[in-house]
Amino acid sequence: MGHFLLVTIQVDLYDRLALNLEADLVQMVSKTGARGVLIDISAVSIVDSFMGRIIGNIANMTKIMDAETVVVGMQPAVAITLIELGLPLTGVHTALNVEKGMELLRKKILVDGEADNSDDEDQPGDGAE
Amino acid sequence: MEKRTTATTRTSLVTVLSKDKVPIAREQDVVLFRNRVKEYATKIGMGIVNQTKLITAASELVRNMLRYANGGDALIEVISKGRENGIRLTFTDEGPGIADVQKAMKDGFSTGKSLGLGLPGTKRLVSEFDIKSVVGQGTVVTVIKWKNG
Repeated sequence: MGHFLLVTIQVDLYDRLALNLEADLVQMVSKTGARGVLIDISAVSIVDSFMGRIIGNIANMTKIMDAETVVVGMQPAVAITLIELGLPLTGVHTALNVEKGMELLRKKILVDGEADNSDDEDQPGDGAE
Repeated sequence: MEKRTTATTRTSLVTVLSKDKVPIAREQDVVLFRNRVKEYATKIGMGIVNQTKLITAASELVRNMLRYANGGDALIEVISKGRENGIRLTFTDEGPGIADVQKAMKDGFSTGKSLGLGLPGTKRLVSEFDIKSVVGQGTVVTVIKWKNG
């Protein structure tokens, strides 16, 4: 029983791929009953307003599917650029790396009232390519 | 549409070291174009933060061009002014044009389904920003990012 979905984005996504990712992820949450989604963007060098919106969408969509989303591994230059662009990703949980992201997810799900002490299992990444 | 010589920079002082024109017609061209910009930015030794800002700005502008004008041309130039090197990007489209450029440059304004921060946000990411638009003819956006700017 996998609790978390781990998604690693390994290429700079063009729009169609990003939209596919959004749709696939929401489907996977429903299919697997995952309580948490961890998106690793450490290999993503550019997050523009479109990509930022997709990330925000995923967080909101999974939220109403009863799963928390944490975005991890943002490159410093990407963070600087996002803020200057005026896109603070409000409402999206972030963590420095995968481990800290897992920790955050575990805490969030525990706080939500469900005892969860089993090992989290990584689902195959849904990352593009 | 070829009146971009009136860009914000004093054109006389700017030397163009190389030029590369990239047609933009499909959304897949966004990533290709970004990679091309990155190549040039790396070539002139631009740091990673400025590179990221420039490429993100480029991405926003190319997207606008696709969304509102169905594409156009993007020109990448390596330029120098005095001791500064930089990248100048010129986006030329033959779309509907922008009726009120000043309004479009305000945070929160958008006619499309974007977040409405396209132009002002993009302007903050670059060193120099210029926009010329004629309704019914098209829009030309020129941005410059200096290597250390």
